[in-house]
Amino acid sequence: MSTSPENNEKVYVCRCEEVTLEEIDEWIDRGYDTVEELKRVLRVGMGPCQGRGCQDILMREIAKKTGKPISEVAPATVRPPVKPIKIGLLAEGGDE
Amino acid sequence: MEWKSNAEVVIVGGGIIGVSTAYYLAKHGVKDIVLIEKGTICGGSTGRCGAGIRAQWGTEMNCRLGIAALDIFEQLDQELGMSVGLNQGGYLLVAYNEKELETLRNGMLLQNSLGIESRMMTLSEAREICPGLAAEDAVGFFFHARDGHADPFLTTFAYLEAAKRLGVKCYRNTECTGVIVRDNTVQGIETSNGTISAPIVINCAGAYAQIVARMAGIELPNWAERHEIMITEPVAPGVCPCMLMSFSGNYYIQQRPHGSIICGMSPQGHPEDFENKTTWQFIEAMSKTLVRLLPRTKGIRIARQWSGLYDMTPDAQPVIGETDVKNFYHSTGYSGHGFMLAPVAGKILAQHITGQKPDIDFSMLDYRRFSRGEHIRESNVV
Repeated sequence: MSTSPENNEKVYVCRCEEVTLEEIDEWIDRGYDTVEELKRVLRVGMGPCQGRGCQDILMREIAKKTGKPISEVAPATVRPPVKPIKIGLLAEGGDE
Repeated sequence: MEWKSNAEVVIVGGGIIGVSTAYYLAKHGVKDIVLIEKGTICGGSTGRCGAGIRAQWGTEMNCRLGIAALDIFEQLDQELGMSVGLNQGGYLLVAYNEKELETLRNGMLLQNSLGIESRMMTLSEAREICPGLAAEDAVGFFFHARDGHADPFLTTFAYLEAAKRLGVKCYRNTECTGVIVRDNTVQGIETSNGTISAPIVINCAGAYAQIVARMAGIELPNWAERHEIMITEPVAPGVCPCMLMSFSGNYYIQQRPHGSIICGMSPQGHPEDFENKTTWQFIEAMSKTLVRLLPRTKGIRIARQWSGLYDMTPDAQPVIGETDVKNFYHSTGYSGHGFMLAPVAGKILAQHITGQKPDIDFSMLDYRRFSRGEHIRESNVV
Protein backbone atom coordinates (compact mmCIF):
# COMPACT_ATOMS: atom_id res chain seq x y z
CA MET A 1 0.00 0.00 0.00
CA SER A 2 1.35 3.42 -0.90
CA THR A 3 1.65 6.03 1.83
CA SER A 4 1.60 8.86 -0.73
CA PRO A 5 -1.44 11.09 -0.51
CA GLU A 6 -3.63 10.80 -3.59
CA ASN A 7 -5.20 14.19 -2.96
CA ASN A 8 -4.56 17.30 -0.92
CA GLU A 9 -5.99 15.96 2.31
CA LYS A 10 -3.64 15.77 5.27
CA VAL A 11 -2.39 12.25 6.00
CA TYR A 12 -1.73 11.69 9.70
CA VAL A 13 1.03 9.17 10.26
CA CYS A 14 1.24 9.60 14.04
CA ARG A 15 -2.23 10.02 15.49
CA CYS A 16 -1.11 10.54 19.10
CA GLU A 17 1.08 13.53 18.27
CA GLU A 18 -0.77 14.55 15.07
CA VAL A 19 2.22 14.37 12.75
CA THR A 20 1.48 14.44 9.03
CA LEU A 21 3.18 12.69 6.14
CA GLU A 22 3.94 16.09 4.65
CA GLU A 23 5.92 17.17 7.74
CA ILE A 24 7.82 13.87 7.77
CA ASP A 25 8.76 14.18 4.10
CA GLU A 26 9.84 17.78 4.63
CA TRP A 27 12.27 16.82 7.43
CA ILE A 28 13.58 13.74 5.59
CA ASP A 29 14.41 16.13 2.71
CA ARG A 30 16.42 18.25 5.17
CA GLY A 31 18.53 15.20 5.99
CA TYR A 32 16.73 13.98 9.11
CA ASP A 33 16.39 10.47 7.76
CA THR A 34 16.49 8.30 10.87
CA VAL A 35 13.60 7.28 13.13
CA GLU A 36 15.49 8.68 16.16
CA GLU A 37 15.94 12.13 14.60
CA LEU A 38 12.41 12.38 13.16
CA LYS A 39 11.06 11.37 16.56
CA ARG A 40 13.05 14.16 18.19
CA VAL A 41 12.17 16.89 15.72
CA LEU A 42 8.48 16.03 15.16
CA ARG A 43 7.53 13.95 18.23
CA VAL A 44 6.37 11.20 15.86
CA GLY A 45 5.95 8.00 17.91
CA MET A 46 6.30 9.78 21.27
CA GLY A 47 2.64 9.69 22.27
CA PRO A 48 0.81 7.27 24.56
CA CYS A 49 0.91 4.46 21.95
CA GLN A 50 4.73 4.74 21.79
CA GLY A 51 4.88 4.36 18.01
CA ARG A 52 2.88 1.15 17.80
CA GLY A 53 0.60 2.78 15.26
CA CYS A 54 3.12 4.75 13.21
CA GLN A 55 6.66 3.40 13.42
CA ASP A 56 6.25 0.89 10.55
CA ILE A 57 4.80 3.61 8.31
CA LEU A 58 7.63 5.96 9.30
CA MET A 59 10.31 3.35 8.55
CA ARG A 60 8.68 2.57 5.20
CA GLU A 61 8.65 6.27 4.30
CA ILE A 62 12.35 6.65 5.21
CA ALA A 63 13.19 3.56 3.10
CA LYS A 64 11.17 4.89 0.18
CA LYS A 65 12.67 8.38 0.25
CA THR A 66 16.29 7.38 0.87
CA GLY A 67 16.27 4.31 -1.38
CA LYS A 68 17.59 2.14 1.49
CA PRO A 69 16.12 -1.33 2.04
CA ILE A 70 13.78 -1.25 5.05
CA SER A 71 16.07 -3.77 6.79
CA GLU A 72 18.67 -0.98 7.02
CA VAL A 73 16.29 1.52 8.65
CA ALA A 74 16.75 1.24 12.42
CA PRO A 75 13.64 1.43 14.62
CA ALA A 76 13.60 3.62 17.75
CA THR A 77 14.73 2.10 21.03
CA VAL A 78 11.89 0.56 23.04
CA ARG A 79 11.39 2.44 26.27
CA PRO A 80 9.60 0.97 29.29
CA PRO A 81 6.95 0.64 30.57
CA VAL A 82 5.80 -0.02 26.93
CA LYS A 83 2.13 0.43 27.87
CA PRO A 84 1.26 3.50 29.98
CA ILE A 85 0.79 2.74 33.70
CA LYS A 86 -0.94 4.93 36.29
CA ILE A 87 1.37 6.72 38.71
CA GLY A 88 -0.93 5.78 41.61
CA LEU A 89 -0.52 2.10 40.81
CA LEU A 90 3.26 2.37 40.62
CA ALA A 91 3.38 4.36 43.86
CA GLU A 92 1.64 1.51 45.71
CA GLY A 93 4.57 -0.80 45.01
CA GLY A 94 6.19 -2.01 48.21
CA ASP A 95 9.60 -3.35 49.11
CA GLU A 96 10.15 -7.09 48.83
CA MET B 1 27.68 14.26 1.40
CA GLU B 2 31.18 14.87 0.10
CA TRP B 3 33.93 14.30 2.69
CA LYS B 4 35.89 17.39 3.74
CA SER B 5 39.42 16.45 4.70
CA ASN B 6 40.34 20.03 5.66
CA ALA B 7 38.61 22.56 7.87
CA GLU B 8 39.34 25.68 9.86
CA VAL B 9 37.65 24.26 12.97
CA VAL B 10 36.50 20.71 13.79
CA ILE B 11 33.95 20.19 16.54
CA VAL B 12 33.54 16.75 18.10
CA GLY B 13 29.99 16.11 19.31
CA GLY B 14 26.51 16.71 17.87
CA GLY B 15 24.76 17.60 21.10
CA ILE B 16 23.61 21.06 22.15
CA ILE B 17 27.12 22.26 23.13
CA GLY B 18 28.61 21.24 19.77
CA VAL B 19 25.87 22.79 17.63
CA SER B 20 25.74 25.99 19.69
CA THR B 21 29.54 26.39 19.45
CA ALA B 22 29.40 25.73 15.69
CA TYR B 23 26.66 28.31 15.22
CA TYR B 24 28.39 31.12 17.15
CA LEU B 25 31.75 30.44 15.49
CA ALA B 26 30.08 30.67 12.07
CA LYS B 27 28.24 33.80 13.16
CA HIS B 28 31.55 35.32 14.26
CA GLY B 29 32.94 34.78 10.77
CA VAL B 30 34.66 31.38 10.85
CA LYS B 31 34.06 30.06 7.34
CA ASP B 32 35.02 26.44 7.33
CA ILE B 33 33.58 24.47 10.25
CA VAL B 34 32.98 20.72 10.37
CA LEU B 35 30.97 19.10 13.17
CA ILE B 36 31.11 15.35 13.67
CA GLU B 37 28.77 13.16 15.70
CA LYS B 38 29.31 9.47 16.41
CA GLY B 39 25.58 8.68 16.35
CA THR B 40 22.63 10.89 15.44
CA ILE B 41 22.23 14.58 16.27
CA CYS B 42 20.74 15.07 19.74
CA GLY B 43 21.02 11.31 20.35
CA GLY B 44 23.14 11.52 23.51
CA SER B 45 22.69 13.45 26.74
CA THR B 46 20.97 16.47 25.12
CA GLY B 47 18.13 14.39 23.72
CA ARG B 48 17.73 12.67 27.09
CA CYS B 49 17.79 15.68 29.39
CA GLY B 50 15.07 17.30 31.50
CA ALA B 51 15.70 20.57 29.61
CA GLY B 52 15.14 22.90 32.53
CA ILE B 53 16.66 26.38 32.39
CA ARG B 54 17.53 28.29 35.54
CA ALA B 55 19.59 31.08 37.02
CA GLN B 56 19.19 29.92 40.64
CA TRP B 57 22.71 28.71 41.29
CA GLY B 58 25.05 28.54 44.24
CA THR B 59 28.31 29.72 42.63
CA GLU B 60 28.92 33.11 41.07
CA MET B 61 30.15 31.62 37.78
CA ASN B 62 27.10 29.37 37.38
CA CYS B 63 24.81 32.33 38.21
CA ARG B 64 26.53 34.51 35.60
CA LEU B 65 26.33 31.77 32.98
CA GLY B 66 22.72 30.93 33.91
CA ILE B 67 21.34 34.44 33.62
CA ALA B 68 23.31 35.14 30.42
CA ALA B 69 21.91 31.93 28.91
CA LEU B 70 18.38 32.99 29.90
CA ASP B 71 18.90 36.36 28.18
CA ILE B 72 19.83 34.49 24.97
CA PHE B 73 17.02 31.91 25.29
CA GLU B 74 14.47 34.74 25.48
CA GLN B 75 15.57 35.94 22.02
CA LEU B 76 16.44 32.58 20.49
CA ASP B 77 13.38 32.05 18.27
CA GLN B 78 14.18 35.27 16.39
CA GLU B 79 17.93 34.58 16.38
CA LEU B 80 17.61 31.11 14.87
CA GLY B 81 14.40 31.49 12.85
CA MET B 82 12.71 28.52 14.47
CA SER B 83 10.78 28.00 17.70
CA VAL B 84 12.79 26.39 20.51
CA GLY B 85 9.70 25.88 22.71
CA LEU B 86 10.73 28.22 25.55
CA ASN B 87 8.31 28.18 28.47
CA GLN B 88 9.06 30.34 31.51
CA GLY B 89 7.01 28.95 34.39
CA GLY B 90 9.80 29.58 36.90
CA TYR B 91 11.72 27.20 39.14
CA LEU B 92 10.37 26.60 42.63
CA LEU B 93 13.15 25.25 44.86
CA VAL B 94 12.04 23.39 47.98
CA ALA B 95 14.11 23.28 51.19
CA TYR B 96 13.45 20.53 53.74
CA ASN B 97 15.84 21.41 56.55
CA GLU B 98 17.44 24.48 58.14
CA LYS B 99 20.86 23.82 56.65
CA GLU B 100 19.42 23.61 53.15
CA LEU B 101 17.32 26.72 53.76
CA GLU B 102 20.49 28.58 54.73
CA THR B 103 22.37 27.34 51.64
CA LEU B 104 19.52 28.35 49.33
CA ARG B 105 19.11 31.70 51.09
CA ASN B 106 22.82 32.42 50.57
CA GLY B 107 22.38 31.39 46.96
CA MET B 108 19.45 33.80 46.62
CA LEU B 109 21.49 36.69 48.07
CA LEU B 110 24.30 35.94 45.62
CA GLN B 111 21.78 35.71 42.74
CA ASN B 112 20.15 39.01 43.77
CA SER B 113 23.58 40.72 43.83
CA LEU B 114 24.04 39.60 40.19
CA GLY B 115 20.65 40.91 39.02
CA ILE B 116 18.76 37.60 39.30
CA GLU B 117 15.40 38.37 40.89
CA SER B 118 14.87 35.18 42.87
CA ARG B 119 12.93 35.40 46.12
CA MET B 120 11.98 33.38 49.18
CA MET B 121 8.42 32.16 49.64
CA THR B 122 6.05 30.58 52.13
CA LEU B 123 4.02 27.44 51.40
CA SER B 124 0.87 29.46 50.67
CA GLU B 125 2.75 31.65 48.16
CA ALA B 126 4.28 28.52 46.62
CA ARG B 127 0.77 27.08 46.23
CA GLU B 128 -0.26 30.09 44.17
CA ILE B 129 2.47 29.12 41.72
CA CYS B 130 2.00 25.37 42.01
CA PRO B 131 -1.63 24.70 43.02
CA GLY B 132 -2.20 21.55 45.04
CA LEU B 133 1.41 21.33 46.18
CA ALA B 134 1.53 19.10 49.26
CA ALA B 135 4.87 19.99 50.80
CA GLU B 136 3.89 20.57 54.44
CA ASP B 137 7.20 19.09 55.55
CA ALA B 138 9.17 21.77 53.67
CA VAL B 139 10.76 24.66 55.59
CA GLY B 140 10.99 27.19 52.75
CA PHE B 141 10.70 27.87 49.04
CA PHE B 142 12.66 29.95 46.52
CA PHE B 143 11.32 31.11 43.17
CA HIS B 144 12.67 32.80 40.06
CA ALA B 145 10.01 33.61 37.48
CA ARG B 146 12.28 33.76 34.42
CA ASP B 147 13.52 30.18 34.90
CA GLY B 148 11.76 27.53 32.86
CA HIS B 149 12.15 24.98 30.13
CA ALA B 150 12.81 24.77 26.38
CA ASP B 151 12.51 21.89 23.95
CA PRO B 152 15.96 20.25 23.83
CA PHE B 153 15.33 18.70 20.42
CA LEU B 154 14.03 21.86 18.76
CA THR B 155 16.78 23.98 20.33
CA THR B 156 19.48 21.63 19.03
CA PHE B 157 17.98 21.37 15.56
CA ALA B 158 17.37 25.13 15.42
CA TYR B 159 21.06 25.79 16.19
CA LEU B 160 22.14 23.13 13.70
CA GLU B 161 19.90 24.38 10.88
CA ALA B 162 21.03 27.98 11.47
CA ALA B 163 24.67 26.81 11.53
CA LYS B 164 24.19 24.90 8.26
CA ARG B 165 22.78 28.05 6.65
CA LEU B 166 26.06 29.76 7.64
CA GLY B 167 28.03 26.98 5.93
CA VAL B 168 28.74 24.54 8.76
CA LYS B 169 29.11 20.94 7.55
CA CYS B 170 27.82 18.15 9.76
CA TYR B 171 28.73 14.45 9.52
CA ARG B 172 26.61 12.03 11.50
CA ASN B 173 27.57 8.41 12.28
CA THR B 174 31.17 9.58 12.32
CA GLU B 175 33.18 8.77 15.43
CA CYS B 176 36.33 10.53 16.55
CA THR B 177 38.99 7.82 16.84
CA GLY B 178 42.09 9.95 17.31
CA VAL B 179 43.33 13.50 17.87
CA ILE B 180 46.38 14.41 15.79
CA VAL B 181 48.98 16.39 17.75
CA ARG B 182 52.37 17.60 16.52
CA ASP B 183 54.79 19.82 18.47
CA ASN B 184 52.22 20.02 21.24
CA THR B 185 49.75 21.62 18.80
CA VAL B 186 46.56 20.05 17.48
CA GLN B 187 46.54 19.26 13.73
CA GLY B 188 43.17 17.60 13.24
CA ILE B 189 41.33 14.38 14.02
CA GLU B 190 41.00 10.82 12.82
CA THR B 191 37.46 9.55 12.43
CA SER B 192 35.70 6.31 11.55
CA ASN B 193 35.16 7.84 8.08
CA GLY B 194 38.55 9.43 7.45
CA THR B 195 40.96 12.13 8.57
CA ILE B 196 40.11 15.84 8.90
CA SER B 197 43.04 18.28 9.13
CA ALA B 198 42.22 21.42 11.09
CA PRO B 199 44.26 23.99 13.06
CA ILE B 200 41.57 24.12 15.79
CA VAL B 201 39.70 21.19 17.40
CA ILE B 202 36.94 21.62 20.00
CA ASN B 203 35.94 18.72 22.20
CA CYS B 204 32.18 18.90 22.88
CA ALA B 205 31.76 15.17 23.40
CA GLY B 206 29.79 15.48 26.64
CA ALA B 207 29.99 12.35 28.77
CA TYR B 208 32.62 10.97 26.36
CA ALA B 209 34.81 14.09 26.42
CA GLN B 210 37.44 12.59 28.70
CA ILE B 211 37.89 9.75 26.19
CA VAL B 212 38.42 12.24 23.34
CA ALA B 213 40.73 14.33 25.56
CA ARG B 214 42.89 11.31 26.32
CA MET B 215 43.42 10.82 22.55
CA ALA B 216 45.49 14.02 22.75
CA GLY B 217 47.15 13.04 26.03
CA ILE B 218 44.97 15.34 28.12
CA GLU B 219 43.56 13.91 31.36
CA LEU B 220 40.23 15.37 32.49
CA PRO B 221 38.91 14.40 35.93
CA ASN B 222 35.42 14.10 34.38
CA TRP B 223 33.20 11.06 34.65
CA ALA B 224 29.87 9.89 33.23
CA GLU B 225 27.02 9.45 35.69
CA ARG B 226 23.76 7.77 34.73
CA HIS B 227 20.52 9.54 35.69
CA GLU B 228 16.98 8.29 35.13
CA ILE B 229 13.94 10.26 34.01
CA MET B 230 10.34 9.60 33.00
CA ILE B 231 7.43 11.34 31.28
CA THR B 232 3.66 10.99 31.46
CA GLU B 233 1.00 11.03 28.78
CA PRO B 234 -0.13 14.62 27.99
CA VAL B 235 -2.83 15.95 30.34
CA ALA B 236 -4.63 19.29 30.80
CA PRO B 237 -2.33 22.14 31.96
CA GLY B 238 -1.98 23.26 35.58
CA VAL B 239 -0.67 20.06 37.19
CA CYS B 240 2.82 21.47 37.78
CA PRO B 241 3.25 24.76 35.90
CA CYS B 242 6.67 25.57 37.39
CA MET B 243 9.73 23.38 37.69
CA LEU B 244 9.42 21.93 41.18
CA MET B 245 12.86 21.00 42.42
CA SER B 246 14.58 19.96 45.61
CA PHE B 247 18.21 19.08 46.16
CA SER B 248 17.73 17.28 49.49
CA GLY B 249 14.34 15.92 48.36
CA ASN B 250 16.10 14.66 45.24
CA TYR B 251 13.52 15.45 42.54
CA TYR B 252 12.59 17.74 39.70
CA ILE B 253 9.10 17.79 38.22
CA GLN B 254 7.56 19.96 35.52
CA GLN B 255 4.63 19.90 33.16
CA ARG B 256 5.65 20.80 29.63
CA PRO B 257 3.48 23.12 27.46
CA HIS B 258 2.67 20.00 25.46
CA GLY B 259 0.88 18.61 28.55
CA SER B 260 3.15 15.77 29.60
CA ILE B 261 4.87 15.86 32.99
CA ILE B 262 8.60 15.18 32.97
CA CYS B 263 10.40 14.24 36.17
CA GLY B 264 13.61 12.76 37.46
CA MET B 265 15.78 12.09 40.48
CA SER B 266 19.38 11.12 41.12
CA PRO B 267 19.92 7.39 41.36
CA GLN B 268 21.20 5.78 44.53
CA GLY B 269 24.86 5.01 44.21
CA HIS B 270 25.24 7.22 41.10
CA PRO B 271 26.20 4.50 38.60
CA GLU B 272 29.31 5.57 36.75
CA ASP B 273 29.09 3.88 33.38
CA PHE B 274 28.11 4.66 29.81
CA GLU B 275 24.95 2.56 29.76
CA ASN B 276 21.63 4.28 29.26
CA LYS B 277 19.84 1.64 31.32
CA THR B 278 16.52 1.98 33.10
CA THR B 279 15.28 0.39 36.31
CA TRP B 280 11.81 -0.35 37.72
CA GLN B 281 13.09 0.90 41.08
CA PHE B 282 13.28 4.39 39.58
CA ILE B 283 9.71 4.60 38.28
CA GLU B 284 8.41 3.21 41.56
CA ALA B 285 10.41 5.68 43.70
CA MET B 286 9.62 8.59 41.39
CA SER B 287 5.90 7.72 41.41
CA LYS B 288 5.88 7.69 45.23
CA THR B 289 7.47 11.17 45.22
CA LEU B 290 4.92 12.46 42.68
CA VAL B 291 1.92 11.20 44.63
CA ARG B 292 3.31 12.61 47.87
CA LEU B 293 4.01 16.09 46.40
CA LEU B 294 1.19 16.38 43.87
CA PRO B 295 -1.53 13.90 44.91
CA ARG B 296 -3.62 14.62 41.83
CA THR B 297 -1.01 12.94 39.62
CA LYS B 298 -2.04 9.48 40.81
CA GLY B 299 -4.46 8.94 37.93
CA ILE B 300 -1.99 10.09 35.24
CA ARG B 301 -0.12 7.43 33.29
CA ILE B 302 3.64 7.11 32.75
CA ALA B 303 4.29 6.86 29.01
CA ARG B 304 8.01 6.30 28.98
CA GLN B 305 11.18 6.11 31.06
CA TRP B 306 14.79 6.39 29.97
CA SER B 307 18.16 7.50 31.24
CA GLY B 308 21.00 9.74 30.17
CA LEU B 309 24.51 10.61 31.21
CA TYR B 310 25.65 13.64 33.18
CA ASP B 311 29.21 14.63 32.25
CA MET B 312 30.38 15.34 35.78
CA THR B 313 33.33 17.35 37.07
CA PRO B 314 34.58 17.42 40.68
CA ASP B 315 32.96 20.85 41.30
CA ALA B 316 29.86 20.40 39.06
CA GLN B 317 30.97 23.39 36.99
CA PRO B 318 31.98 23.11 33.33
CA VAL B 319 35.39 22.90 31.72
CA ILE B 320 35.72 25.58 29.03
CA GLY B 321 38.91 26.68 27.29
CA GLU B 322 42.18 25.65 25.71
CA THR B 323 44.27 22.76 27.01
CA ASP B 324 47.99 22.03 27.36
CA VAL B 325 47.78 21.01 23.69
CA LYS B 326 47.67 24.28 21.73
CA ASN B 327 44.42 24.99 19.84
CA PHE B 328 42.74 21.92 21.36
CA TYR B 329 39.74 23.33 23.22
CA HIS B 330 37.17 21.86 25.56
CA SER B 331 33.58 22.75 26.25
CA THR B 332 32.36 19.98 28.48
CA GLY B 333 31.75 18.81 32.06
CA TYR B 334 28.41 20.58 32.35
CA SER B 335 27.39 18.16 35.12
CA GLY B 336 23.76 17.85 34.06
CA HIS B 337 23.31 21.51 33.07
CA GLY B 338 24.73 21.61 29.55
CA PHE B 339 21.44 22.21 27.84
CA MET B 340 20.55 25.31 29.84
CA LEU B 341 24.06 26.80 29.61
CA ALA B 342 24.68 25.94 25.95
CA PRO B 343 23.69 29.27 24.36
CA VAL B 344 26.15 31.27 26.45
CA ALA B 345 28.79 28.51 26.46
CA GLY B 346 28.88 28.41 22.66
CA LYS B 347 28.91 32.17 22.42
CA ILE B 348 31.76 32.90 24.86
CA LEU B 349 34.02 30.19 23.49
CA ALA B 350 33.39 31.44 19.93
CA GLN B 351 34.20 34.99 21.05
CA HIS B 352 37.44 33.79 22.67
CA ILE B 353 38.55 31.72 19.66
CA THR B 354 37.83 34.56 17.20
CA GLY B 355 39.90 36.97 19.28
CA GLN B 356 37.08 38.96 20.86
CA LYS B 357 36.53 39.69 24.53
CA PRO B 358 34.04 37.10 25.81
CA ASP B 359 30.80 38.42 27.40
CA ILE B 360 31.85 36.50 30.52
CA ASP B 361 35.45 35.91 31.61
CA PHE B 362 35.55 32.13 31.83
CA SER B 363 39.26 31.71 32.63
CA MET B 364 38.40 30.13 36.01
CA LEU B 365 36.73 27.24 34.13
CA ASP B 366 40.16 26.08 32.92
CA TYR B 367 40.48 22.31 33.58
CA ARG B 368 43.79 22.86 35.39
CA ARG B 369 41.81 24.28 38.36
CA PHE B 370 41.33 20.74 39.62
CA SER B 371 45.03 19.92 39.79
CA ARG B 372 45.65 23.33 41.39
CA GLY B 373 42.90 22.63 43.95
CA GLU B 374 41.14 25.92 43.16
CA HIS B 375 37.66 24.57 42.51
CA ILE B 376 34.57 25.44 44.55
CA ARG B 377 31.75 22.89 44.59
CA GLU B 378 28.32 23.90 43.25
CA SER B 379 25.67 22.97 45.85
CA ASN B 380 22.51 23.36 43.77
CA VAL B 381 22.48 20.08 41.85
CA VAL B 382 20.00 17.18 41.60
